[in-house]
Amino acid sequence: METTEGKPVTGTSSGGAAAPSGRGAKTIEAREVNLFYGDFQAVENVSMRIAPNKVTALIGSSGCGKTTFLRSLNRMHELTPGASVSGEITLDGEDVYGAGVDPVQVRRLVGMVFQSPNPFPTMSIYENAAAGLDLNGSRMKKADKDAVVERSLRGANLWEEVKDRLDKPGSGLSGGQQQRLCIARAIAVEPEVLLMDEPCSALDPIATLAIEDLIRELKSRYTIAIVTHNMQQAARASDITAFFNLEKSGRPGRLVEIDATETIFTKPAQQATEDYVSGRFG
Amino acid sequence: MAPGAERRLLLPGSIGWSRRAKDRLATVVIGSAFGLAMVPLISLLYEVAKRGIPGLSVEFFTESARGVINGGGAAHAIVGTLVITGVAALISVPIGIMAAIYLTEYGSGKLRRALTFFVDVMTGIPSIVAGLFAYALFEIFFGPGIRLGVMGSVALSVLMIPIVIRSAEEVLKIVPNHLREAAYALGTPKWRTITRIVLPTAFAGLVTGVMLATARIIGETAPLLVTTGVIDSMNSNPFDGRMQNLAVYAYNEYRSPGVMKQASYDRAWAAALTLIAIVMILNLAARLVYRRYKTEIR
Repeated sequence: METTEGKPVTGTSSGGAAAPSGRGAKTIEAREVNLFYGDFQAVENVSMRIAPNKVTALIGSSGCGKTTFLRSLNRMHELTPGASVSGEITLDGEDVYGAGVDPVQVRRLVGMVFQSPNPFPTMSIYENAAAGLDLNGSRMKKADKDAVVERSLRGANLWEEVKDRLDKPGSGLSGGQQQRLCIARAIAVEPEVLLMDEPCSALDPIATLAIEDLIRELKSRYTIAIVTHNMQQAARASDITAFFNLEKSGRPGRLVEIDATETIFTKPAQQATEDYVSGRFG
Repeated sequence: MAPGAERRLLLPGSIGWSRRAKDRLATVVIGSAFGLAMVPLISLLYEVAKRGIPGLSVEFFTESARGVINGGGAAHAIVGTLVITGVAALISVPIGIMAAIYLTEYGSGKLRRALTFFVDVMTGIPSIVAGLFAYALFEIFFGPGIRLGVMGSVALSVLMIPIVIRSAEEVLKIVPNHLREAAYALGTPKWRTITRIVLPTAFAGLVTGVMLATARIIGETAPLLVTTGVIDSMNSNPFDGRMQNLAVYAYNEYRSPGVMKQASYDRAWAAALTLIAIVMILNLAARLVYRRYKTEIR
């Protein structure tokens, strides 16, 4: 199995809303990662790099381990009873699973957006956006918190739509707005990496387009990895694509190929990749 | 439709009649079953109201039975019921909800199964056994013959805790896991996820469960007979000797009526009516709280 890195591209920062503050985008490196649910091996020997200020898409058919792999990057995988990890995953060079590493701290640095929008139903829009700060116990003056909420809602392209109803419940928004609220919530804590697990699969095409535009803007400030079932979305929205596959059901998923998106979709190196992206199976 | 074609979608006459008849029969049977089930409830409410209303008076609500040969009221019993039940709730709610949190959020494997088993057993404990347990417990420290309001509360807690645990567990399980995951993904420690996300989301259901558990134990008589005793004067201190309550009061007025028998019986029925009224108010309050505070979870 061959893995190749994407070609380095000089990043240009887009003229976005507020100037990026905080930690900045970092690299995640996975080396020979195996993921288990009890005795069952879900993912086998994955080594790849998630590059900063780029969008890396993980594609592949159902059940091939892409979501499992994504969840191992922010130590959500271990929340499933019986789940285990072997191999090395580093964030900016630091071992994420090292002895003495607090998984809670890892999750503050590596944020996640889920498939179905899940704003907290007991909180208003304002409280949802600020949830990351409140739940982490950081005490902020109201004025500072207001600034963070506005910055994250602007960063998620939601500010204009909700600025007049910040105290309304978060569940009163449409699906696409809720997902953007979840993205705002995730970026409010200024993570170094943003993981997105099929963020648009529950949304209609217009909302999907809005999220994809948002992702394009966000990569100037964050490292982004996105799992998607939708190949066209991977082609539209990502810089680097990683193709996961199963030999047959019951076998663990493997990383078949990782390369610049354009290469994967026009002249992939592996036959299986070509079969998948040209729709011969999937 | 083409001329001469049959209308295939319509039922032939005979089948339609038979199905309609079966439908009507089933409706009648189910309706009658419901009516039959309602008969004892409605006749009970009617009887209690009919016999209890003559016993109600201002005196009933404001005076105790202290030093009285005829007459007197049930104020001491009403206060006693509220105090004993209130203290029981104070004991049961924290213990019950924390146990439910453990079972839902932390427990695993053998310990969890064992705990669930014991909670199930506890829901079936006869109330007199709970009363004797509380008496025996206090007898160790205070000697035989001890009677305290708080003993009644302890006995009622033994009955109330498993109910609170059961209903709280159900409500906590309903909180969707994706909300917890959203909190974890933000880097929230588990305990804070529980206090800031899970419990507020489940709040309405928890309050309802507690109120229903309270309504369930408020009329228990047997455990209170052996723990709180019988007394005629007003006592609102649970740590200071005997305390009267509505259930025992009703029993007492019926069993040892004063010289004017009918008045005593009236007061007994009035006490029963008051108990039912309190339970009804608790149920209504539970509904109102639920409607006001419930969270719509998508």
